[in-house]
Amino acid sequence: MKLTQRHLEYWRKNLGLTALLLAVWFIVTFVGSWFARELNELTIIGPLGYYIGAQGALVVYVLIVWIYARRMNEYDKEYGVEEGGGE
Amino acid sequence: MGKSSQSLFNAQLKRYYGFYTGGFLLFVLGAGILELLGVSNKIIGYVFLFATLLLYAGIGFMSKTAEVSEYYVAGRRVPAFFNGMATGGDWLSAASFIGMAGTLYATGYDGLAYVMGWTGGFCLVALLLAPYLRKFGQFTIPDFLGARYGGNLPRLIGAAAAIMCSFTYVIAQIYGVGLITSRFTGLEFGIGVFVGLAGILVCSFLGGMKAVTWTQVAQYIVLIVAYMIPVVWLSVKDTGNPVAQVAAYTTALPKVTALEKEFNDRETARGAAEESVRAIYRERASVAEIRLKALESGGANYLLTERKKLETAVAQLKAGNAADARAIYAAERAVRDFPIDPAKARDLWTKERANAIAKAAPVMAHAEPFSASDGAERGKKRKNFLALIFCLMVGTAALPHILMRYYTTPSVREARTSVFWSLFFIFLFYCTAPALGILVKYEIYHNLVGTSFADLPAWVSNWAKVDKALMAINDVNRDGVVQLAEITIGNDFVVLATPEIAGLPYVISGLVAAGGLAAALSTADGLLLTIANALSHDVYYRMVDPDAPATRRIVVSKGLLLVVAMVAAYTTSLKPGDILFLVGAAFSLAASGLFPALVLGIFWKRANKWGAIVGMLSGLGVSIYYMVMTYPFFGINAPLWWDIQPISNAIYGVPAGFVGIVIGSLLSRPPSGEVQKLVDRVRYPNFQMDIVTGVSKAK
Repeated sequence: MKLTQRHLEYWRKNLGLTALLLAVWFIVTFVGSWFARELNELTIIGPLGYYIGAQGALVVYVLIVWIYARRMNEYDKEYGVEEGGGE
Repeated sequence: MGKSSQSLFNAQLKRYYGFYTGGFLLFVLGAGILELLGVSNKIIGYVFLFATLLLYAGIGFMSKTAEVSEYYVAGRRVPAFFNGMATGGDWLSAASFIGMAGTLYATGYDGLAYVMGWTGGFCLVALLLAPYLRKFGQFTIPDFLGARYGGNLPRLIGAAAAIMCSFTYVIAQIYGVGLITSRFTGLEFGIGVFVGLAGILVCSFLGGMKAVTWTQVAQYIVLIVAYMIPVVWLSVKDTGNPVAQVAAYTTALPKVTALEKEFNDRETARGAAEESVRAIYRERASVAEIRLKALESGGANYLLTERKKLETAVAQLKAGNAADARAIYAAERAVRDFPIDPAKARDLWTKERANAIAKAAPVMAHAEPFSASDGAERGKKRKNFLALIFCLMVGTAALPHILMRYYTTPSVREARTSVFWSLFFIFLFYCTAPALGILVKYEIYHNLVGTSFADLPAWVSNWAKVDKALMAINDVNRDGVVQLAEITIGNDFVVLATPEIAGLPYVISGLVAAGGLAAALSTADGLLLTIANALSHDVYYRMVDPDAPATRRIVVSKGLLLVVAMVAAYTTSLKPGDILFLVGAAFSLAASGLFPALVLGIFWKRANKWGAIVGMLSGLGVSIYYMVMTYPFFGINAPLWWDIQPISNAIYGVPAGFVGIVIGSLLSRPPSGEVQKLVDRVRYPNFQMDIVTGVSKAK
């Protein structure tokens, strides 16, 4: 059994989504912390730099995982690789 | 298992745990009524600890099993929501529960590395590992390494890395168990450890992963309730808003910041009072400095002459006409406490100097990132902050006891959703801890500083009696009023004392203790099971006796569980140093030893056996080398590489692991077609080649 074009496309989409979400993860975590002092000049709820570390980044993490689960579960169906009722 | 029976199971679980949560709240209420009726605090403490232990034992007993797939992966029928909750219990450790808010209190922004690291790591779990491991569908993490890379060596190194990091981490947990049981029941620490151990074993011994899963769900509920109630209460008390996660920033933090400025401003009355205390500490620091210098040149002789001077002072006092008993006592004590051994003297005075310097420093701004006196120091702090986040995140994504949990869901789809629920439940905890840190800081700065020593609140002396390192206030400048620099607060104090600071009844303190115990037990359960499974499944079954029947495998696993638990408890009762270091070491070992091999095993088909061996060994090697060379505990104290602290050693270990795999793989032959097919099978939730799926195989 060889991988079909559909399979490869599914995997490419998965990689694309993974890369995109990892980029968001990276920016929020590392770029956000790098500029924490500068961000603290702004106030959104609290000083922004502190607030991102204490809560903002965490909310983004939860969203990243939620979006991934949702999109991938949709891709599974779209590309016919979802788990059947047989399991 | 059919879909309908799974959803029926899910509905049943929701009902059971709904009743359970309601029952638990009623129990707390009942204990509150007992307190009103005048039952003593000690008994309420006992009731909480033993009632919850009994409850976990009950769940463990009801989940007893002798079936392999139930024992190792809870029958792979744990719904996403409940697996998320169990992972929450598994993840939130004693150190997080008791210490996190205190760390944030003490370190301000810089402590947020833990908050971000221990949540953001789940993004890596979700995106890079969990769904694929679930599709692979075996029993342990070394299983994946063994199948993917072939041969026993990758499996063995994987098992060794899994055991090393889990064992270091479990010691930190059992330490927490001992601390809580001894503090709230008055048992001795060593006995507390073994009582707690019994609690851990009843959860996992009879039912393996199945029992651990259902007790972890129960423990998560206890710990999150125990954490939230005092925080909400404190928030209402201080800000009038029950949503601490908002009120702490909008209401409490600006006030804290204003007070910090006032304390640092010598023009104000409070600032001047603080300054007078700091001046005394500066003086003490310079005394310690002078003594250290004299010790350096004079050695033991210096100590002898100094001691003589003190002794003469005693003699003079005694000979004097108006012999003041208190002055004599103080002078005699000074003689008694004076160190004669040069090494001990150096330790003592170095500590005194560091402590005095810290106390003499101006108040740190809570929300200021990387606060330091100059730009270079600030740069170092920023670098280390990022490095620590990286290590904690990658370590999170490679800790076997967490990854193992995603073997237990019914499908890949549920595994993905389950990581979401895991992170959601963990998020509830970690977004509350920084808020609690701020609220307690407000309480101390606003209400405690400035009170006169005559009317200190009762909790101050209560906790000072328990442990001076947790809470101590000394009137250093003898003005009869509390200054901030006169207060010493330990990290664990913040969570443990929140109920009393908020003026809550003792029953809530019992609840917090039960929560801390739940956090420690649930994590310890998962870790011990990981170690026992790595030994019984990967070493014994896969390498020593592949023909062992299922019953013998489970018997061996249970036996090993007991042995490992005993060894861990014994090691813990020796009190091996710094908890934070143990935790850091566990994360580094997981990150540098396991993460590269797991991720490349899924995403790079070309990775092969030799690559994995070289990669895992070089990752572990670099991490361990850096730790041993730089961590003060080992006494070598080699210079740091680019100022990176020893705790973040995985920042070098992880890249070394990746590079090792790439080089090792490219230098040897590509993996077989068989292995390449395995990688394809893992990448697609349902691949036409899957004749047998994980579930049917396990049965």
